[in-house]
Amino acid sequence: MTLLKLDSVTAHYGHLQALQELSLSLREGEILSVIGANGAGKSTLLSIVSGELHPRQGHVYFNDADITKLAPHERVRCGIALVPEGRHLFGNLTVEDNLLCGMASKRRGDWDLTAVYDLFPFVKARRKHRAGVLSGGEQQAVAIGRALMTNPSLLLLDEVSLGLAPVIIKDLYVALRRIAAEGTTLLLVEQNITEALSVADYAICLLEGSIVLEGVPTSLSQEAISDAYFGHSKMVGSSSKAESEL
Amino acid sequence: MIWTNAVVQGLLLGGLYAIFACGLSLMFGVMRLVNLAHGDLGVLGAYFSIILVEHLGGNPLWTFAAVIPVAAFVGYFLQRFLLDHALNGGELSPILVTFGISIIIENLLQQTFGANDQSLNIGSLSYQSWKITSDIYVGRLNVIIFVAAVLVIVGLQFFLSKSRTGLALRATADNRRAASLSGINPKRTRAVATAIALATVAVGGLFLAMRTSFSPTSGTSDLLFAFEAVIIGGLGNLWGTLIGGLVLGVAQTIGSQINPADGILIGDLVFLAVLAFRPQGLIASRNLANR
Repeated sequence: MTLLKLDSVTAHYGHLQALQELSLSLREGEILSVIGANGAGKSTLLSIVSGELHPRQGHVYFNDADITKLAPHERVRCGIALVPEGRHLFGNLTVEDNLLCGMASKRRGDWDLTAVYDLFPFVKARRKHRAGVLSGGEQQAVAIGRALMTNPSLLLLDEVSLGLAPVIIKDLYVALRRIAAEGTTLLLVEQNITEALSVADYAICLLEGSIVLEGVPTSLSQEAISDAYFGHSKMVGSSSKAESEL
Repeated sequence: MIWTNAVVQGLLLGGLYAIFACGLSLMFGVMRLVNLAHGDLGVLGAYFSIILVEHLGGNPLWTFAAVIPVAAFVGYFLQRFLLDHALNGGELSPILVTFGISIIIENLLQQTFGANDQSLNIGSLSYQSWKITSDIYVGRLNVIIFVAAVLVIVGLQFFLSKSRTGLALRATADNRRAASLSGINPKRTRAVATAIALATVAVGGLFLAMRTSFSPTSGTSDLLFAFEAVIIGGLGNLWGTLIGGLVLGVAQTIGSQINPADGILIGDLVFLAVLAFRPQGLIASRNLANR
């Protein structure tokens, strides 16, 4: 069943066109990775889904309902949670209070404090600390935990690996696989292509606000990715095949 | 002994300033909104009490029960339908809008009640006092106000640390974007903050009206004292606001002791000294987000 659908969405940041008639759909339980260079429109895409940016044209559907006009907190209550780039924790609140804020979604589900502490045991050890004093990896885990506490059916992750040590990135991706295994649909935006493709069921590459390459990760050659990433060639063969798979 | 007395009376006076200031502090903490109509809204509460007593009689003390919920109600919808729009209009518009509200309230009150001083007559409570030592007497009303101030601040702090809505308020104060991404309704949270602010300033307005006389323009000086208390204590931090109110109260009574005309001036000087030498306030490391 299709969980998320973007129907020819055009979005602007000021006068800058960030997304051009972009369409995509995401099935329940799937992991979709969005890759692309800086300024390709990846974060804009997440803002459109999380509701922080409203499209100039086009529609966003979630569980077949049109959510184009809903505010971010209303989308959280529908089941869409974003782990924003840079984490955006409540720095002066304790770790536990940060997590408890996710309960504002009023959604029932399997994710509660116990489940999050089970997923990230090192977070439990720090639960009474101010979130602002945690290390980058710990903060990222708290940010993911806070989003999980909203019991999302779709989890959006913006650059989870940014600025973190490779060993921590590996741990976080282990956790993401576990989250996906529990039935949560994931939409990842990543600069770290290796991790993004290794975890994904399906990947798309953005360039200047459009999808220039898409497919199941194993079907994408290094060459095609590098071309799509840097815009050497906008002609991509696997596109039509990928469309039918979606 | 004169000085001990001045300090005691100052602490009691400071409690009133703290009640006045805590709502200002809360609104600033949650939404970075400086409410220039804060003092006038408190005075408005006092006039509401006068109307109630005129028509229904009794000791004005009972009007707390009516004025507090009405003030909270007004605060909720004032935020929803006016201040929220002002917040969207950039940094200057909340200041202009609340300044406008302040002028409207003062003029409406002058139109309706005239410019004369009024006060709420609470009978013998206004002059009864307790004897502490042979030289120090404390007014019963002043002690009640002080206890109320501590209860209001402690209660508010308890609400912020323990309740779910309190957590939403602290989260919004800390990071507005992250709050809405966690499913917290920003409009409701802001409206709750303003409702609490107006309820507390109405309490302050009623106490002020019982303690001294007031007029339609009293709100301006009340606002100034509230600002001073907030800044002395540290912005957006309730314990700081209580301390700030007490420091201001003591400074004013000690000033009056030195020279009866200089009380307010000395309070202002202490405020300026804090601003110059400790601009982050006396309690700086904490803010609304802390427990």
